[in-house]
Amino acid sequence: MMGEIILSTMNRSLVYAAPLLLATLGEIYAERAGVLNLGVEGMMMVGALSGFIAAYSTANPWFGVLVGGVVGGLFSLIHAFASVTLRANQTVSGLALTLLGTGLAGTLGRGWEGKMLAVPIRSLPEEVFRSCPGVVRMLFKDTNVLALLGVVFAVTLWFFLFKTRPGLWLRSCGENPAASDALGVNVWAVRYGAIFFGGIMAGLGGAYIAIAYRPSWSSGMTQGMGWLAVALTIFSFWNPLYALVGAYLFGALFHLAFRLQVWIAPEILNSLPYLFPVIALVFVSRFAFRKKIGVPAGLGKPYERGTSE
Amino acid sequence: MEMDDVVMEETPGTNAGEGSGVEVAFRSVTKRFPPHIIANDRVSFEIERGTVHALLGENGAGKSTLMNILYGLLQPDEGEILVRGRSVTIPSPQKAIALGIGMVHQHFKLIPTHTVAENIILGLPSVPFFFPAKREIRHIVELSERYGLRVDPRARVWQLSAGEKQKMEILKALYRRANILILDEPTSVLTPQEVEELFTTLRAMKGEGKTCIFITHKLNEVMAVADRVTVMRYGKVKATLRPSETSSQELAQMMVGKKVIAVVPRRYTSREMVLRLENVWVMGDRDFPALLDVSLTVSQGEIVGVAGVAGNGQRELAEIVTGLRKVKQGRLFLGEKEITHLTPREIASLGVAYIPEERHLGLVGSMSVAENLIFRTYDRPPFSQGFLVDWGKVEAHTERLISDYHIYPPFPALPVKLLSGGNRQRVLLARELERNPRLVIASNPTAGLDVAGVEAIHELLLKAQEKGAGILLISGDLDELLKLANRIVVLFRGGIIGEREREQWTEDDRRDIGLMMGGVKR
Repeated sequence: MMGEIILSTMNRSLVYAAPLLLATLGEIYAERAGVLNLGVEGMMMVGALSGFIAAYSTANPWFGVLVGGVVGGLFSLIHAFASVTLRANQTVSGLALTLLGTGLAGTLGRGWEGKMLAVPIRSLPEEVFRSCPGVVRMLFKDTNVLALLGVVFAVTLWFFLFKTRPGLWLRSCGENPAASDALGVNVWAVRYGAIFFGGIMAGLGGAYIAIAYRPSWSSGMTQGMGWLAVALTIFSFWNPLYALVGAYLFGALFHLAFRLQVWIAPEILNSLPYLFPVIALVFVSRFAFRKKIGVPAGLGKPYERGTSE
Repeated sequence: MEMDDVVMEETPGTNAGEGSGVEVAFRSVTKRFPPHIIANDRVSFEIERGTVHALLGENGAGKSTLMNILYGLLQPDEGEILVRGRSVTIPSPQKAIALGIGMVHQHFKLIPTHTVAENIILGLPSVPFFFPAKREIRHIVELSERYGLRVDPRARVWQLSAGEKQKMEILKALYRRANILILDEPTSVLTPQEVEELFTTLRAMKGEGKTCIFITHKLNEVMAVADRVTVMRYGKVKATLRPSETSSQELAQMMVGKKVIAVVPRRYTSREMVLRLENVWVMGDRDFPALLDVSLTVSQGEIVGVAGVAGNGQRELAEIVTGLRKVKQGRLFLGEKEITHLTPREIASLGVAYIPEERHLGLVGSMSVAENLIFRTYDRPPFSQGFLVDWGKVEAHTERLISDYHIYPPFPALPVKLLSGGNRQRVLLARELERNPRLVIASNPTAGLDVAGVEAIHELLLKAQEKGAGILLISGDLDELLKLANRIVVLFRGGIIGEREREQWTEDDRRDIGLMMGGVKR
């Protein structure tokens, strides 16, 4: 019984947490480059709607995913222009992006409300895991390629960030843009690139929800997941590998809330995934302060050449 | 003597040539910061190849602006720069690096969370794509051995001392094959011994035909290491000459424009103790002891200087005496009263004035001069009755302090952040010293000020001393301590490593204190 709960929780967590993981990985890159983007929720919404419409119209779910990612990326350029080129306040600009994205998706998606996707991204057929042991089969039952890709993304992005030359540039822009600029790193390009990448990932996350997880459209279907992504970015110390762990922890909590409602009031359980980050953040920030790790020193500060002192 | 009218030959290039050739030439370089600041006004002079060229001037003389232009961080409005005889425009640091120009900034431009190697290779497209820092370590070690710049390439930068950080910055430039190295006030963070090491490195670079440009306002350094010196004042070049052709006195006059006044510390006679620390232990921010078993006294009318390289417990010392940090073990007394566990407010009201190192801790930039001046006293008569503040009284008080302390511009309602550094410091000292404190804690009170500002602050401190205040003067500037202090204690790694008391300080004292700052017991 206990083992079954654990396995199925892990299994559902894989599916549920995928969009959260994708969006968080994107936000980690933006923040590592020094740009706080509070527009994740908005970028996920436009990604979800555009992806859904593309998949619906072409009956090709993978084309939908592609469109969702591209639209999310393009949408993020609004924030990039405001925060990097115009050096606007990043908090305000990000919040505006969220308001704009959710509003746009709600309005433009009115005609699509409640529509179901005839050809969604399907779960992997059971034959794929036939030769595997039972535990593995249970773990990957009814999962899909895109969800499993999240793991690959996390590992790849970790390696890129910490072990490669461009990764070093990206982290440097977030820590000290003036120093990076003085050494010949193009801070402008790195920040634009990181924000754009963050937009693509958020758009992918949104598209995943509307095309694979719940193949339909309803406004507000991201359920605040963009905000969770912002919290998870901090919780994971801006590290893609920790984000992997954190995202599945959140996913598991969501599933457990569903499973445990027989014993515990659902209201309490449903608040857990949101309460958890609050508590976690308190501890994480204390720990991070002591160890001098975590928040990129230049996060949220617009960079202007010659005025950094 | 007023030197404003003394015109030294401003003709560029009188000393050019002489076999070595000109590495960099400035021709009428002008830089304006609208609306009405001219940071560089038709600056022309030449720097010879294979020399150490000092750029001497007060803060705001335009030295750093000129060097930022040479390094591509700023663009000149007019004029021309020649590097090795060719006219160049330098739109970015990348271009400067390509021209073989490297710069070590006054506030190091480094990334504390990265390793030394990562900092050094940053921004170079030529390093390997995968594992870039790891693969370049051997190359970095080679370079550091060649120039005697020893730093562990694997160490995280936040763990380094200021001297090590500077070595890393120089390595960074050398790694980029710099032929011209600009050093912006490189000695301000170093111990006297580290300064000697730096000069050795500079001479080694000179020996390889490299050119060093050395920004400073310290005359003895110019005399010690420079082959030629250009003096700047108010954005203009006053003269370019050889140190051997001139004297410190003459250079000082060119730099400041008027005769420098030397102040001699007054003798104090009282033996009444104002501050006593008994075996105090304090924890630092990173959970290890920042002060270990420190005992210290300050008497009435005595200036006790605390020397040491930054980060050896000075900050924590100031913070416990003012109540901002908790003492782990030991006791503190103000006169006969124990203050170990009192709050900052209680300690301040007992007559302790505090001039913190970070100005933003002492003043609120966006609030007015008047408001900043009453932060200690706003809650009591005459400034407030009940919970109402009497702004008329505050204004009268402010105007008096503005004239007594020569705060400029003289507007009570002006936000403090619009004042210059020196005037901000005057506001702070006006507030703190006006209460006739028994004890003054001053932490690097003149850091970043120009000569006139430094003089003003020193005079105010000496005046407070004359009125009987005991002063704990924490300073990274040994010259300042030798000028003002009756007694000097040296902090090293959280402990007092040595102490000297003098009526007149000698060169031997300076050497000994310098050695103690570096951890050598004398």
